[in-house]
Amino acid sequence: MAENEQPLLVADGLTRWYGRQLGCRDVSLELFEGEVLAVVGESGSGKSTLLHLLAGQLAPSAGLVRYRMRDGVTRDLAALSEAERRFLARTDWGYVQQDAALGLRMAVSAGGNIGERLMAVGWRHYGRIRGAAESWLDRVEIDPARIDEAPSNYSGGMRQRLQIARNLVTQPRLVFMDEPTGGLDVSVQARLLDLLRRLVQDLGLAVVIVTHDLAVARLLSHRIMVMKGGEVIETGLTDQVLDDPREAYTQLLVSSVLPV
Amino acid sequence: MSAHTYNFAYLDEQTKRMIRRAILKAVAVPGYQVPFASREMPMPYGWGTGGVQVTAAVLGPNDVLKVIDQGSDDTTNAVSIRKFFAKTAGVRTTTRTAEASVIQTRHRIPERPLTEDQILVFQVPIPEPLRFLEPRETETRRMHALADYGVMHVKLYEDIARHGHIATTYAYPVKVDDRYIMDPSPTPKFDNPKMNDCAALQLFGAGREKRIYAIPPYTKVVSLDFEDHPFETYRHNAPCALCGATDSFLDEVVTDDRGGRMFVCSDSDYCEARRSAQRTTTEGTKTQERVKPAETEADNG
Repeated sequence: MAENEQPLLVADGLTRWYGRQLGCRDVSLELFEGEVLAVVGESGSGKSTLLHLLAGQLAPSAGLVRYRMRDGVTRDLAALSEAERRFLARTDWGYVQQDAALGLRMAVSAGGNIGERLMAVGWRHYGRIRGAAESWLDRVEIDPARIDEAPSNYSGGMRQRLQIARNLVTQPRLVFMDEPTGGLDVSVQARLLDLLRRLVQDLGLAVVIVTHDLAVARLLSHRIMVMKGGEVIETGLTDQVLDDPREAYTQLLVSSVLPV
Repeated sequence: MSAHTYNFAYLDEQTKRMIRRAILKAVAVPGYQVPFASREMPMPYGWGTGGVQVTAAVLGPNDVLKVIDQGSDDTTNAVSIRKFFAKTAGVRTTTRTAEASVIQTRHRIPERPLTEDQILVFQVPIPEPLRFLEPRETETRRMHALADYGVMHVKLYEDIARHGHIATTYAYPVKVDDRYIMDPSPTPKFDNPKMNDCAALQLFGAGREKRIYAIPPYTKVVSLDFEDHPFETYRHNAPCALCGATDSFLDEVVTDDRGGRMFVCSDSDYCEARRSAQRTTTEGTKTQERVKPAETEADNG
């Protein structure tokens, strides 16, 4: 965790309306370097809207998002040009989709998928790009010998790990994750979570992770935000909120986890 | 002589003005694809409707027109487009590169270096170099606007990963004037270096896709590559069977069904000129029959 530093990401009064339909209302948060924040809540609670707002993929109806760039200057995302925003999104940020097919180029080999960001920031040496891709495959526990296979040949768990490698290759400081373990079976989930936890720790990543799975939040996150009906109803340290939920809704959420 | 029923060069004057405006814009922003209101032409899409419209817009009564298809002046597409303008514009046509002031081409750039007095018009089937990587037109336009071209190298990366070398042999992407990535139509990559710093104006017309783009004279055109896999041209390792040229782009011609084949210059005018020069120097040498290059596959702009 960062000591006496400026927060990496600040959201202030984020509100988003879809016409008359509320996406989320008045969400404020601060995220520091190396910190993992979980956003939990049921479907339709505004989690994904919030994530899209934070990642600059959606314009807020009100409020703003500020980010401390690599040069140390904190800037309003809305004030960045689109070129700057794209550059930020593919260098200093990562975005892990629930459906790996959205986050990967399914027809392009694993090596090409990982190398894309490097090529976009100006790498022009095939051997070095391939070397980086191989070492990242190894780090996400995919056999580097399968570097030339397209992700359509991969299993669901491998695709998700490949997507993570593709995002982390430029050494981002902040990664957004939208239900990264959704749709995977339990043993694959466990392995992915294990990997994620290790990478987050090793790289000191700041993460905003959206999930409806409280176990995922418990395993990965330091802090948690509980959303309901587009609003944040409870925030706090993960263990504290999950062990001792204050709001009735959070209590319901926690108690509805099936015990094994 | 021009047929009375047609306006000069077939298109009406308003249409030609519209196309000329698009051409001017294309010349002003090298490599940028300018949308234009492409017209129906009396030939099917894929036969050069884009090139024909550009040619019609730049052609004047004193121009001399040459049309080539796969480098050759005597293939169907070339012959019919040449006839088309001979009939509708009454302009003089030629097969000699040196004599032509406007050259419409399907793939090749003539071997003979072009001059400042010449315009080269390309027929383009698919103008968008990013198309196979990004199917959305809105997104590719944005990528061009932001010069967001990382994905272009992914294609080349895939080539090397699969084949061990950059296997793209035609429509090889180039960067024009350090800004726009451009698809040089189905031109073989052998001709890419000729686009760089070329004295002639190069115009590209895509009829079905309704785009015009251009490389003004003496513009920097760089073929994309990797540091450890630099851009290379490819040429069959043989001299031309007719004229003996060792520097020209060759067509492979199958001569029988027992594996017999020969390599001949794809640029028929270049080959012809070299052979007639040889005839005049070595008297009494038997003249060979010109062999027609292989028939070509269908799709072109």
